[in-house]
Amino acid sequence: MISAFFIFNQKGEVLISRLYRTDLKRSIADVFRIQVVSNSDVRSPIVTLGSTSFFHVKINNLYIVAVTKCNANAALVFEYCYRFISIAKSYFGKVDEEAVKNNFVLIYELIDEINDFGYPQNSEIDTLKTYITTESIMSTATAVEESSKITTQATGATSWRRADVKYKKNEAFVDVVETVNLSMSAKGTILRADVDGHILMRAYLSGSPVCKFGLNDKLVIDKSERGMGDAVELDDCRFHQCVRLDEFDSDRTISFIPPDGEFELMKYRSTSNVKLPLRVIPTVNEIGTTQVSYVVTVKTNFSNKLSATNVVLRIPTPLNTTTVDCKVPSGKAKYVPAENVVVWKIPRIQGGSEVTFSGHAQLTSTTTRQVWARPPIDVDFQVLMFTASGLIVRFLKVFEKSGYNSIKWVRYLTKASGSYQIRF
Amino acid sequence: MASQAGQDAKFFQRGKIQEFRAELHAAESKDKKFTKRRMVLKKIVANITMGNDMSPLFSDVVQCLGIPSLEIKKMVYLFLVCYGRSKSDQINMVIPSFLQDCNDRNPLIRALAIRTMSYIPVPAVLEPLTEQLRHCLKDRDPYVRKTAAISVAKLYTADPRKAEKGKFVEMLRDLLLDSNATVVSNAVAALSEIGDRQDGVTFRLNLTVANKLLTALGESSEWGQIYILDSLLRYVPEKHEDAELMAERVVVQLGHANSAVVLTSIKVLLYLMNYMENRKLMDYLCKKMGPPLVTILSSGPEVQYVALRNILLIIQRRPSVLKNDVKVFFCKYNDPIYVKLAKLEIMYRLAREENAREVLAELQEYASEVDVDFVRKSVRAIGRVAIKVEAAADSCIKALLELIETKVTYVVQEAVIVIKDVFRRYPGKYEGIIPTLCENLDALDEPESKAAMVWIIGQFANRIDNADELMDDLTFGFMDEPVEVQFALLTAAVKLFIYKSQSETSKNIVHKVLKWTTEEVDNPDLRDRGFMYWRMLAMNPAIASEVVLAEKPAITNDSDRMDRGALDQLLLHTGTLGSIYHKNPETFIRGAAGRALTDSPALNPLSRQVLVPLARPSLPQAVQVAGPGPVEPVHRADTLIPSGPDKPTPTVPQDLIDDVDAEGEDSGDAGGIGHGYSAGGDEEDEEEHASKPLSSDPYAGLDSAFGGSGASNGGKKGKGGKEEDLLF
Repeated sequence: MISAFFIFNQKGEVLISRLYRTDLKRSIADVFRIQVVSNSDVRSPIVTLGSTSFFHVKINNLYIVAVTKCNANAALVFEYCYRFISIAKSYFGKVDEEAVKNNFVLIYELIDEINDFGYPQNSEIDTLKTYITTESIMSTATAVEESSKITTQATGATSWRRADVKYKKNEAFVDVVETVNLSMSAKGTILRADVDGHILMRAYLSGSPVCKFGLNDKLVIDKSERGMGDAVELDDCRFHQCVRLDEFDSDRTISFIPPDGEFELMKYRSTSNVKLPLRVIPTVNEIGTTQVSYVVTVKTNFSNKLSATNVVLRIPTPLNTTTVDCKVPSGKAKYVPAENVVVWKIPRIQGGSEVTFSGHAQLTSTTTRQVWARPPIDVDFQVLMFTASGLIVRFLKVFEKSGYNSIKWVRYLTKASGSYQIRF
Repeated sequence: MASQAGQDAKFFQRGKIQEFRAELHAAESKDKKFTKRRMVLKKIVANITMGNDMSPLFSDVVQCLGIPSLEIKKMVYLFLVCYGRSKSDQINMVIPSFLQDCNDRNPLIRALAIRTMSYIPVPAVLEPLTEQLRHCLKDRDPYVRKTAAISVAKLYTADPRKAEKGKFVEMLRDLLLDSNATVVSNAVAALSEIGDRQDGVTFRLNLTVANKLLTALGESSEWGQIYILDSLLRYVPEKHEDAELMAERVVVQLGHANSAVVLTSIKVLLYLMNYMENRKLMDYLCKKMGPPLVTILSSGPEVQYVALRNILLIIQRRPSVLKNDVKVFFCKYNDPIYVKLAKLEIMYRLAREENAREVLAELQEYASEVDVDFVRKSVRAIGRVAIKVEAAADSCIKALLELIETKVTYVVQEAVIVIKDVFRRYPGKYEGIIPTLCENLDALDEPESKAAMVWIIGQFANRIDNADELMDDLTFGFMDEPVEVQFALLTAAVKLFIYKSQSETSKNIVHKVLKWTTEEVDNPDLRDRGFMYWRMLAMNPAIASEVVLAEKPAITNDSDRMDRGALDQLLLHTGTLGSIYHKNPETFIRGAAGRALTDSPALNPLSRQVLVPLARPSLPQAVQVAGPGPVEPVHRADTLIPSGPDKPTPTVPQDLIDDVDAEGEDSGDAGGIGHGYSAGGDEEDEEEHASKPLSSDPYAGLDSAFGGSGASNGGKKGKGGKEEDLLF
């Protein structure tokens, strides 16, 4: 298992160093600095030297590094690094050099709690926050009872929830967030279109409520109420630790006792009948060797009651571009030489409408004739109250022994960031 | 912790030992709420982090243990974990405080105490620890028990004999039946660690215990689920039904959000399938495994990479898992390079007649990207699709010719290399493009591509009108060429001569080349071949032509598939480093435990036939590498994937690692060798012997013959006369 855990900054300075095992010395950190931090061409997240393997995840200006000396479970090691990051985010708000330095003692305490001898241990944020806190705890007799509660929870079957949660108003918010992945060829055929869905929940519910959650899942609808409107076909569902997997497997019921507060209830994937919210039609011509002309049209493909917001198109230009003159009916378009793209930002496009960018890029003449790789146009956007997969939350039922009423809210959001790509 | 949390960055400053000591002493008076001492301790911890040796402060820091603040206690304990080993003469000072904490009423304190003690592997601590550990393993609080379970693994690592003498392994085994799932999973983790050691007891599961563990699965934390799932590979099904029932219970875990749970579940399922008979269930399981694997591809890039490398193995063994999903492996423009390369390898393997057009279009797209390595491998992949899918060969060749048109040197070179194989796969079909290739002779400056082109010219010298002229040009700098090219030139010259024995030029060329190879070249192999050709030509040109122009075995489309037995073995490591490098871990990690399918009545006959018995640990020999060059550890048959886009390889610059590695060295095996053969022939000794991590042992070869059977038979272990099997 994991022999050591480090956090490095961009310069390769050690911010956190915890050796879980004696098979390594602290100087192993120097090896990582030489091999990865100061290496400009790192081509793998795992570097193995002799029997020692370095697993690293980069976040902001930091390297989160786990070192092993055995045939470690690589998926586990990376999931652990991700988990560390999400715990740190929850504790400090952000994960960067400043946050790590400002909380290093707390981090040491945390990584000793969530990892013992290299084996990840309970890492449920809600539980951790009950005993790894930013307040000084005295080890007095009165704390004993409290501690017993904590230990029972940290090792219990519902380690993610405290038993004594109380709210005046019982509310649950459900956010369905879909990320659309699109890859369209230059001829306009769809090479790949699929949806990564995340259902996030914020549960502010008292006691130990049992929740049942229903979607317009095709496999459920086909079985019970035939012919009931549109059903979606989900290729795969994966759930938070709290969901009873055996029940889902037998009759596709999603039933769970939620953690208190915010968590990701499920992830799903859908590939059939994906409704693409934006259609991008590019016409790009290289005129001789000194000019490229662009006409890029964006059409919205949903009801005019909705609108796409924060739309950002990144339109690539050749490396030897000097200037680009841009004409746009709405938003702002600007040539960014450092990234070789024209960035066109449109704050809002209504459903059922279209906007067109036109422009010319001027090129300097180069001595060596280089073929332009033509990277794809990338589009980022958000559409509220729209799901590209067609998924709808049909119900969320909350059962608690005190029988309180609860209020539920559902929101839908479809977005793309860095994965909606159109070739030209 | 600190009430002023989030303000600690200021402590990240190098400080002097003397100053810290003075500050600690000064803080002893008037230290309200211990804030002053807490500050000093934070400075000390920051300095430890920065790599400054703070050990001279040992006795000063230890003084702070009396302070009734948990935060201070944790910092002092952290200090002890860092320096306890090097200050073993002073560690006695803290034992009373440890013991007091071990008996604290607060379970968190009790757990903290044994966790910390077990991190300090010196006799002065281990001695009192064993006594405390015994109680803690039976503590009424599950949190203490789960911490104690891991502490046993630490104790075993520090002093195996002490742990065995103290019956701790048996106590861990009892914890497998604990009522708390977290305790169970940590006990499993600890036992697995002990069982994987070369000198440890064997850890195997019978059906009852395996089922009991499965029950705990539902209540375990995600990490606990991984430890439990992983341990199921230690259970060997005796009946098909046992394997099938277990798989049905494991399959629900594929819905878990943690990708490590998913991959470990897949590992268990693939393992159990070796022992199944029910085809329908197996098809169902394959169908169930595909979607979760695809979903992992929307996780972070690091996890994607792990999944992709594993998918590459899985689809070779169980092609039905992802056969219709080639599109999900299309690269996104902004994927990290390691994800792109891993996807590329999967793409061409999934290419079939139905999807070849789409795959080819993608590959062509990649061939115009920026990363040289990625472009080269894309070009290569186009060639492989041509070889694999006959119906697509025409369009692949067209694509390759278009790429050659670009005149980008590395693209041209790759194209030439793959076209050589295409010629061999489809004899007599595409030779018409040879003139186009010849036009690009000048672009070839790398040995592999040049050798490929020379091969083409030699092989088809009868169809290339100016073959002799070309060869004359090519042989001009013969002596300066790399050996690879010289070999190709030699053979091509002979072929040319056989085809065109009338031509003066070709006679001159062959004479020239033979003379150089036999008289001036230093490479003995090349010289030998030169002599051989010369004599053949001199004695009987007709037979020479038969030999040199003999029909070549056709290139088949699954030449890049791994051997089934090797695959079966590698898949036992799904999700681990071994599965990423496609190497058995014992071949590149010192002391790593190998795995092999264990024979049982339920094992399917084909798997049994190709079963690869456990190789003996052979690494220490590979460690003798001098210099920092990347060297492949022990080349095994299963790692030979002909040409294809190659895989990431662990490099072994040993001298770099060795000086930071000190503790990794195993010691004291000299005595063991004597024992190994003096008792002679006995099963138990074979096993004992096999566990020696030293392969300079002259009798090493003997054991591999017994490797597989030794592991599957019960018997007594030498040391301590303890039962080798942990569970019955």
